[in-house]
Order: sequence, then structure tokens, then C-alpha cells
Amino acid sequence: MLAQIIFILALITAIIAFTISIKKIIRNINLGKDIDRTDHQPERWKNMLKVALGQSKMTARPVAGIMHILVYVGFIIINIEVLEIIIDGIFGTHRVFSFLGSFYNFLIASFEILALLVLLGVFVFLARRLVLQLKRFKGIEMTAWPKSDAIYILVIEVLLMSAFLTMNAADYKLQQAGVHHYTLAGSFPVSQFILPLLPTDINSLILIERFCWWFHILGILAFLNYLPFSKHFHIILAFPNTWYAKLAPKGEFNNMETVSHEVKAMLNPSYTPPAIDANNKFGAKDVQDLNWVQLMNAYTCTECGRCTSSCPANITGKLLSPRKIMMDTRDRMEEIGRNIDKHGKDYNDGKSLLDDYISREEIWACTTCNACVEACPVNIDPLSIILDLRRFAVMEESNVTGSLNAMFSNIENNGAPWKYSPADRFNWANKED
Amino acid sequence: MIQVPTMADMIAAGEEPEVLFWVGCAGSYDERAQRVTQAFAKILTHCNIKFAVLGTEENCTGDPAKRAGNEFLFQMQAMMNIEVLNGYNIKKIVTACPHCFNTIKNEYPNLGGHYDVIHHTQLIQELIDAGKLKAENGESFKGKKITYHDPCYLGRANGVYEAPRKVLEVLDADLVEMKRCKQNGLCCGAGGAQMFKEPEKGKKDVNIERMDDVLETKAEVVAVGCPFCMTMMKDGVKHFEKEQEIEVLDIAEITARNNNLI
Ligand code: SF4
Ligand code: SF4
Repeated sequence: MLAQIIFILALITAIIAFTISIKKIIRNINLGKDIDRTDHQPERWKNMLKVALGQSKMTARPVAGIMHILVYVGFIIINIEVLEIIIDGIFGTHRVFSFLGSFYNFLIASFEILALLVLLGVFVFLARRLVLQLKRFKGIEMTAWPKSDAIYILVIEVLLMSAFLTMNAADYKLQQAGVHHYTLAGSFPVSQFILPLLPTDINSLILIERFCWWFHILGILAFLNYLPFSKHFHIILAFPNTWYAKLAPKGEFNNMETVSHEVKAMLNPSYTPPAIDANNKFGAKDVQDLNWVQLMNAYTCTECGRCTSSCPANITGKLLSPRKIMMDTRDRMEEIGRNIDKHGKDYNDGKSLLDDYISREEIWACTTCNACVEACPVNIDPLSIILDLRRFAVMEESNVTGSLNAMFSNIENNGAPWKYSPADRFNWANKED
Repeated sequence: MIQVPTMADMIAAGEEPEVLFWVGCAGSYDERAQRVTQAFAKILTHCNIKFAVLGTEENCTGDPAKRAGNEFLFQMQAMMNIEVLNGYNIKKIVTACPHCFNTIKNEYPNLGGHYDVIHHTQLIQELIDAGKLKAENGESFKGKKITYHDPCYLGRANGVYEAPRKVLEVLDADLVEMKRCKQNGLCCGAGGAQMFKEPEKGKKDVNIERMDDVLETKAEVVAVGCPFCMTMMKDGVKHFEKEQEIEVLDIAEITARNNNLI
């Protein structure tokens, strides 16, 4: 009885804590501007199924891709087992689904095999991070926290899977010994190999079985609450993120509506533009100037670095790293969130995403090549943030290098980015080589 | 001299072109790109395509301004161009510049400019498929090692990977892909208004990095489909002092040479 009460309390606490974290994240994402991304719904669903559920973009790098799918499928399916654990925990039952008979045996057997595969995948991932020292996992933005975040997750998975298998082994041994409460149920193709390592004494076995059971479920609840603070949150946000991702061709950059009104008024004096809100800025200086999809992108980023490793600017040693753009956006959002918690909604800490997090040198190194967008396995668009920061620098501050300014004035005065006379534009037709 | 009709001429003669050839700023002014423009105009003429250009009425699409964050200037350019294009009742546009292609195709519609826009490599492929370009009498590229560099604004930005490759396939050449190609192609370094500024400091320039991929293929010809890529690859070849071994050619030039048009 006591165990049941403790279990229920733990469950409720975990759910409440998780809800609080999620609410904060939603509030932070809503700091962003509105954007309508609800068109073409069938295509959006298809994208989500393909990219988030089907992980179609992961296999662009086959080793990591296949391992990731393994760990992912295993993790999701093994969590069906969590349902049983929760019911058992609340009602004090044991293996409540065992009435399913041979189907139950099949389920448990597949969980075990998957658990083994997950372990395998996770070990490969750990080796890639700790032994192989792949370049993709390095970079200026990969400071102590993001690095350990990745390792923690992998270690947690190892612990959870090991607890699951050890629990099954002890259970199996108790079943064989005919101990009361441990009804004969399940099939244990993997954990049977652990049997010889376990003691034969019944009390120790029960202790091990119970310990692993508690460790497994408390571990999962703790993991759930770790998610919102971690890059691992992508296992949830990948779904909405791919659903709301841009569908237009990658080369299409949005036409700013506020600008359209002003330009129309300039070209046609009889056109009266609608009044614009005084707070409106052209482009983005801080996260509030971005739209909420861009902010959701930042929370979805898995920090995998596929974007950065295909970025021509980064490859050639420039400061720009699209992964850093996403991580900075998230860090800044969280900073503003903490400010709101501490000092109220209107607090201004005098900082901004541009300059305090992302430097001018970074945004001007981008070739807008879309390699980062193409590479991202969860359809994040770092380029759109870079562009919005550039728009702020150009349109609000007129803060650009002389050569870009010269290009602008050439276009304005000569209709070409170079200083040529418009009258010479057609001369090519009269030249013969 | 090639006879290139302008829209003004056409209208004056009471005629309408099948397609407008949007030349672009690089194609109009840059000496190297002008040769590509001429080659493509010759292909159009050779195939009896009724085309016209805007001539001095053409203006920058605004692409470099937009990528650099100057949305005002971009929309000014766009709206002025749309006025000219709509004034001439243009329906179909072909251009040899992926930046113009992308901008007119994707960013003009919501400002009032709706056209059927294709890249010159796509039109050349159509002409080959229709049997209008026969690959006769011209320079043979048979057995030559050719590699194609994907322009970001044609490839990733708009998903056009096949047309330029199909055009090269008819040459019976030895086509080799670089290790980074198609979706994974590496930028030449000129996009996003980089063409008009000094690069930020780093280990090397992007086109030099790209040249490593080219050199690895041992190609004798680098085929391009963008005037900016042309400049960057040409500079890259020069950097490695490979002018004798490696030629940088636009797909239009290769096709024109192959058909004995230049
Ligand atoms: S679009 Fe910009 S940030 Fe993204 S890969 Fe290309 S150069 Fe890097
Ligand atoms: S933006 Fe995408 S590709 Fe880049 S680190 Fe984040 S998840 Fe990976």
C-alpha cells in the first residue's frame, strides 16, 4: 500500500513539474510574432509523417541515421511497457497485461530485443562522441553544457535499458522459482543471459527486481522532466516543428508586407498604406522580433551540427555556425523567460539577440546557400533568422559595410549592383567574340 | 553581331515573343558572362525560338539587395520590373541566372508578377528533347571529363538538379560528380550578396574550398549554370594556376560549341 502511495505521489509530482516546464516553453515561444502557417494542411501532415516520424532526412548520413532510427523506434516501443508499469504501480498488480498470453510473451520478447539494439545504438553514439571526437560535435557553441547534455542523455538511456533487462532477468528467475506474485509471464530472449549473474537467494532477487522496477520508472519520470531543459526536447517538438516548417521553395524569402505598403505608397502617391503599429521594427534585433515558428525552431534544435558541418562559411573557418544561431536564439529566449519570472513582463535587461549573442561578423558571413536548411533533420531554418537580423542592421540601423552600401546605391541609381551606365546594358548584343 | 530583338521592337512590329530572355545584370555587363548571354541568344536563334529581351529597359531584379536585408530596395526594384513586364504582357521568362530565376519565379508573384519562369538549362534540355538541338558539326566533348557545379539558387533553392545534367549527358562525355553535389553541393561563395563585399575573415575563401572538390575529380571542364559561380570558379582555377588544364564553361556555351554556334 505504502509503495502504491509513494508511486502515485511520484507520478503526480512528475506530471505537474513537466506541465510547468512546458507552459514556460510555450510562453517563451509565444514571445515571437504571429505567422500563419496553416495552409496546405495535407502537405504539412505528409511532411511531419515523413520527416519527424519517418526520419527521412536522418539517413543522409547512414551510420548515424540508422542508429538513430534504432534508438528511436526502440525507445518509443519500449515505452508501451511503461503503461503496464504505471498500472502495476498504481494498483499494486504485477505484469497486469500478462493475460494477453502468448501475445504478451511476444511483446516482452520484442521489447528485450529492442532494448538490446538501443543499447548497441547508444554505445555507438557514445563512441562517436567520446572516442572518435567527430568534428561535427565540436565548435565554439559546443560549450560544457551542450556537450554534457548529449552525454547525460546517452548515459540515462544505458541505465534505463539496463534496469529494464535486469528487472526482467530477476523476474524470470523468480517466476521459475515459483515465488508468489511472480506469475509465469513473458519471454526473455535477451535477459535470460543475465540469469547466471544473479544471486539465487529469493530475497535478494526480489530486492533486485523491485530496485530495477523503481529505478526504471523513476528514471523515466526524471527523464521526462529533464527533456524541457535539454536538446532532447526534440523528441516532442520535432513533430510540430516539421508540421509548421516552410513549404515554399527554399530560395523564396518572404516579402515583408509592411515594406510593400510603403513602397506602393512611394510609387503611387494616391495609395494610402494602412497604419502600422509604432512598435514595429523592420527585421529582428531580439527574439521578440522573430516569429514564433523561428522560436519553436530554436527549442527543437538537437544541436546535431549537421547544418554547421555543411555550411560553406563555417567550413572555411568563418565565425558563422548555423547551429550557434539556433542555440543562441534559445538561450536568449530562456534568459528573457527567466527575466519575466523574476522581474515581471516588462523588464528590459538592455540586452538583445543581435550583438549580445550573435555578432555582426556571423550574420554577414552567410551566403544564403540553404545548405543548413537542407541538412537539418527536423526542418529548422537558421537562414531565416540570419536574414531577419540583416534586415534590422540594414533597414533600422543602416549599419552595413561600405561595399554593400555601394551595391545598394548602384542598384538604386543605375539599376545594377555594379557601377555601369544603364544605357550600356544592351551592349553585349553588339559585341562579337 | 547577332540579331536580338527587344520587346519595344516586337511591340512596334505588332508581334509577341514566345519567351522573354531575362539577361540579368551579370549577363549584361560582366565580360565573361556576356559571352554566355551571346551563346544562349545564338541557341535561341538557331532553334527558331521567337524571343525578345528588354534591353535597356531591364533592371536589377533586386536579388542582392534582398539577400543583404534591404527589403525596401528589393521591393522597389521588383515593383518597377513587374510594371514593365506586365506592361508588355509577358507570360514566359527564361534566364541564365539562377538568382534572377529564383527571384522572379518565387518572390515576384506575391507582388503582382505572375510568370512562367524557367532556367536556361531547362529550356536547352527541352530543345534537345524536342530534337531541335542535334549536337552536330560542333566541337566534340566526347570522352572529356566534365563536372557540374550546382548553383545554390537553382539546386537547393528550387530543386533543379536534373536538367543541366541531362544537357551534359548528350555530349557523350565522361561526366564525374564532385563529392559534394546536388542537395549537398557546396556554394561557390558568391550568394547572399557576398559577391559584392569582402569575405569575413577565415581560413580560406569558399571558392578555394570548392576547387578542392573540382581538382579531386580531375575534370577538364567545370560546367556552371550561374554567372556568379562562373566568376568564383574561374578565380578558383586561377588561384591554383590551372588555366591550362581546366576550363570553366556555362552549359549554354558547351551546348553552343557542341552545335557549332560559337
Ligand atoms: S545559408 Fe548561411 S548559415 Fe546556412 S549553410 Fe549557407 S552560409 Fe551557412
Ligand atoms: S539546426 Fe538542425 S541541423 Fe542544425 S544543429 Fe539544430 S537540429 Fe541539427
